[in-house]
Amino acid sequence: MLQLILAIKYMFKRRIASLAVLTVALSVFVTLVVLTVMHGLLAGWKDVNHALVGDCVVGTESLVGFAYYDELMTRLEALPDVAAVSPVVKTYGLFTETSTGYSNGIEVMGIDPVRHAKATEFARFLHYRSDQVGQVFDAVGDANRPGCAFGVDCVLMRDQNGEYPFSDFLWPRDYDVTCFPLTARGVLKRSGVGEVSTKRFTLTDTVHSGLPKNDDQVVYVALHEAQQLSGMDLPVPRISALHIRFREATTINQGTQETASVFEAFKQDCAGRNLAFLLDTVHVQDWKRYCRAMIAPVEKEELALVFMFVLVGLTTVFIVLVIFYMIVSHKSKDIGTLKSMGVSSIQIMGLYWLFALMIGSLGAGLGLGGGWLFLSRMNGVEAWLFEKFHFQLFNRAMFAIDEIPHDIDVSMVVLIGLFALVSCLTGALIPAWQAARLQPAKTLQVSQL
Amino acid sequence: MSDVILEARNIHKAYRMGAAQVSVLKGVDLKVNAGEFLAVIGASGSGKSTLLHLFGGLDRADQGSVLFQGKDLTRLGMGGLNRFRNRDAGFVFQFYHLLDELNILENVLVPVMAGCSVGAWLSCRAQARIKAQDLLGRMGLKDRLAHKPYQLSGGERQRVAIARALINDPVLLLADEPTGNLDSATGNSILEVFEQLNRDGQTIVMVTHDARIAHQATRTIQLVDGKIRQGLSEPNLS
Repeated sequence: MLQLILAIKYMFKRRIASLAVLTVALSVFVTLVVLTVMHGLLAGWKDVNHALVGDCVVGTESLVGFAYYDELMTRLEALPDVAAVSPVVKTYGLFTETSTGYSNGIEVMGIDPVRHAKATEFARFLHYRSDQVGQVFDAVGDANRPGCAFGVDCVLMRDQNGEYPFSDFLWPRDYDVTCFPLTARGVLKRSGVGEVSTKRFTLTDTVHSGLPKNDDQVVYVALHEAQQLSGMDLPVPRISALHIRFREATTINQGTQETASVFEAFKQDCAGRNLAFLLDTVHVQDWKRYCRAMIAPVEKEELALVFMFVLVGLTTVFIVLVIFYMIVSHKSKDIGTLKSMGVSSIQIMGLYWLFALMIGSLGAGLGLGGGWLFLSRMNGVEAWLFEKFHFQLFNRAMFAIDEIPHDIDVSMVVLIGLFALVSCLTGALIPAWQAARLQPAKTLQVSQL
Repeated sequence: MSDVILEARNIHKAYRMGAAQVSVLKGVDLKVNAGEFLAVIGASGSGKSTLLHLFGGLDRADQGSVLFQGKDLTRLGMGGLNRFRNRDAGFVFQFYHLLDELNILENVLVPVMAGCSVGAWLSCRAQARIKAQDLLGRMGLKDRLAHKPYQLSGGERQRVAIARALINDPVLLLADEPTGNLDSATGNSILEVFEQLNRDGQTIVMVTHDARIAHQATRTIQLVDGKIRQGLSEPNLS
């Protein structure tokens, strides 16, 4: 009881305790805000990658692709855990805007839009035809002209508010897409007949995923068009990858393992066929592994930040230690007095630990509350700052994010709060032990006062 | 004798000061009877306070023993010593040693709170408060219960310290230069409090360097060079 009363009195009567609370609150606030933003960016990043890729990819990085994919698709679609499979051609080329002559390098993705929308969340990223994904490549007016959907940044310029100047109606714009058609052996297929590898497309939609690499460097065309451009059409049609979505009840690991087994069996069955060697470069990967080049740097960045904030936590421990050391030094007379009245060393230690627990709880509460308030209003404040002073934390013309992530993860809040409490208790450990060991006779000597 | 409640038997105590070992008490033998008001006088550094600390279980003798009601304090464990300090002995210090964060009433209640659990405190709280108020009333501080120590004069603070020392009805009241920080008139009023307590049966051991103040006690002993000076361990005649 005495510990509780004294701890409360120390808490509210000593200015140094307020400093300790402020230190903890600031550390907690900064940690919560930075980790929430970083975690939100990473979660958004992962979500979009997952949405674009599907759950699993059976594919090759080789530009010549692999054959017999329709047989493999049939086997995969027969699996009870597989909900959808989408064949994809992935190649590289050059696009030229016919009206301006502007040209640039591009990644060409050939898809069957209906299948792809089932295996991935492709439709979600279309601006004009997300509800009619089957018609995404149908050009308005000219049914014979193939359509294409460019990454939004290839064709539109984003303003500082993060808005694209979309019009209600997409005016037809033509683009020539040129690829290098390769044979299954990897040599130029139609060397000397350049026009065959170039095809004119009309812009029929835009894709806005929020991934710079996708929005700035990819054009989607119909699967057969991409096969033709890349030379994967004849004599045996080839593709680069099969994107797969599993059913809800199936875990990614489980589905990927099952897919890998089917693929291995398929590969064995194909042994001896003409283009079976192409299957040697094909890998079965879950979406995370497939996108690791995109996700890993952000994950590492988040890990580095967590490490940095562990250091911030250690600094908090040290500050609490110093503050408690000062309090104990200042209170040695009181400790001696308390011991002269029969207060035990354990009770003295308990008093300082309780005091530390209160500092930690109050500091963590204030920091978490402040962090929550800040995060919930951060985008509004940023918008206001931009409106009044043209200040923006992330220039939306440069960064692909629409708003600064601010969704608080409850488990993160709990972890940060606990870490703050543990930091305070750790910081108070040595001074509390020191206080408990004080000899009353020594502290009460007149020469010590 | 059956009425001896405190006894020092050949106690020695030394302190290390830098490289040197300083012997403070060099074989003190002393008996304190129940209801006695004993004054221990001596020059500064003669070991008076050390003796009082040993009597109060705040320190341990290097040699010899301190018996309280027949129990050897030097053999008690930490729990036993804490119980002794909490229930059997009350301390009054020269500099009062009140806790600045607590008001007067709370300061007096500290020994009660220290000696009981949360549950026990909740059940005895009201009774303890009444007792503390009564003690403070006897000390003339009835209207100062909510004041902080810094709002009181030196004499008033010392009265609070006395009330705090008495709250658990200790058998023994130990006072270390209780008037040493007070002016003469205030000191006398504090001595009157001690005298009144002693008249009511309280056993008191008081340390002072002032032989004039010690004269108020029923018996005086003088410590010289770590030993009791023979011939002055006599009852005072006044």
